[in-house]
Amino acid sequence: MAAILELKGVSAWYGQIQAMFDLDLKVEQGGVTALLGANGAGKTTTLRAVCNMVRRSGGTIFDGQDISKRSTEDIVRLGVAHVPEGRGTFVALTVEENLRLAFHIRKDRAAATRDMDMVFEYFPRLKERIRQQAGTLSGGEQQMLAIARALMLAPRLMLLDEPSFGLAPLIVQEIFRILRRINEQGKVSMLIVEQNAALALELADHVYLLETGHVVTSGPSDMVRDDEALRKAYLGY
Amino acid sequence: MEFFIQQTAAGLTSGAIYACVALGLVMIYVSTDHINFAQGEMAMFATYIAWMLIDAGVPFWLAFGLTALIAFVGGLLIQRFILKPLETAPVLALVVCFIALLSIFNALAGMIWSYTIKQFPSPFPQYDISGHGLVSVQQLGVVAVTLVMLGILTVFFRYTTLGLAMRAAAQNASSARLMGVRVSWMLALGWGLAAAIGSIAGMLVAPIVFLDPNMMTGILVYGFAGALVGGIGNPMGAVAGGFIVGVLENLVGSYIIGNELKLTFALVVVVGVLILKPAGLFGQIIVKRV
Repeated sequence: MAAILELKGVSAWYGQIQAMFDLDLKVEQGGVTALLGANGAGKTTTLRAVCNMVRRSGGTIFDGQDISKRSTEDIVRLGVAHVPEGRGTFVALTVEENLRLAFHIRKDRAAATRDMDMVFEYFPRLKERIRQQAGTLSGGEQQMLAIARALMLAPRLMLLDEPSFGLAPLIVQEIFRILRRINEQGKVSMLIVEQNAALALELADHVYLLETGHVVTSGPSDMVRDDEALRKAYLGY
Repeated sequence: MEFFIQQTAAGLTSGAIYACVALGLVMIYVSTDHINFAQGEMAMFATYIAWMLIDAGVPFWLAFGLTALIAFVGGLLIQRFILKPLETAPVLALVVCFIALLSIFNALAGMIWSYTIKQFPSPFPQYDISGHGLVSVQQLGVVAVTLVMLGILTVFFRYTTLGLAMRAAAQNASSARLMGVRVSWMLALGWGLAAAIGSIAGMLVAPIVFLDPNMMTGILVYGFAGALVGGIGNPMGAVAGGFIVGVLENLVGSYIIGNELKLTFALVVVVGVLILKPAGLFGQIIVKRV
């Protein structure tokens, strides 16, 4: 299988501080890759490096194209949707306006309208709240809205930054069920950052374990799941 | 009673102008999340350009359109060259920059066109249509132009995806970028539109107050008051607020405090609204759940 995303020797900096060292990473076409590791391991930084939201060096190949010099907006327009840390809700816009924002960059109105129906089919709860100001949604609903907004861009690759953060276990399970459907039915590849390692291992086919900006180990999820020593040392379960 | 009606009608006319200025302020606020103190001086400067065009023999409405266009490009350029390098600067740096723009435009206008008062032609005839000296065509024209602009802006922000993208860019720039919105250009567009609206306000005011480099100074304060009364994030509220301030100012001025203290009244309104109802009468209160 060909890779939809490939990072080659990517380093990243916040000011003078280097947060990512020479990272190599692949996401398979149609696959789900998980980034695991403790706080400060560089998981979020990796996602930001893909979208050029931090100072970075090295190569980013998306679908055979070098995107390492492109602006964030251009990368999004090429089909990379980033569900950011903190959900990025437009609090003063309604739920519908949050989603309709995607129409700004989509030329195919009819397809975008169909995508909106599809999004409401994934997240019926958002349809109920369509006219509501997005800032009044609960945390779980805002996470759903963030994923829905990303879907409205008709992405080929989704970058998900801790979709379970701060949410009740039932909601987390619901969101991960939907993510699986999006991956399988919608044919969207995913690169997902998670603190909840067990959940991420269930969804992902490949895993990278990060520690202070370096890859400690990587491989198929089964391998990590079955390696008790590794699990205990890095994932704490 | 007749005096009361007369004062109210006069208040509505100045209210229309305040509404116009307030619209420009709201425009910048909605599209960049800032308040541009140089809005009035930019409008004055554009009005001088219109005056030059008309003086050179360009018909009024053509000069009107051309000036709005020139102001639009000017606003765009100001954002691109002066404010873009300050995109990540703290808000105080921006405030200083806006005040600098204010005095630069004021001084430039004085330098180029001198401080002597100039007459600016009105596109509307002066005769009154009510027969009692109450409502002139001039007054109706000013009100009509303001309402048309309000209509266009409301439709633009509410029903076009470009307007939506502009609002999103102002609210949450990094998240807007992740939706593919070219945030920097949205800000530039906001400045261009605000400058164009400002120039229209300037051209409406100039026939009434005469053209001089300081003509917008007082009006900007009233415009602020209007925008705040209506809610600084809401075009409809800004226009309503402008009219309210115009009428109140006239009535309070003629019945209670006298004309000399009118400007003080506007400042009292600004402070009062900020203390008692910061979101304004029609402003949206942003609810955030954490």
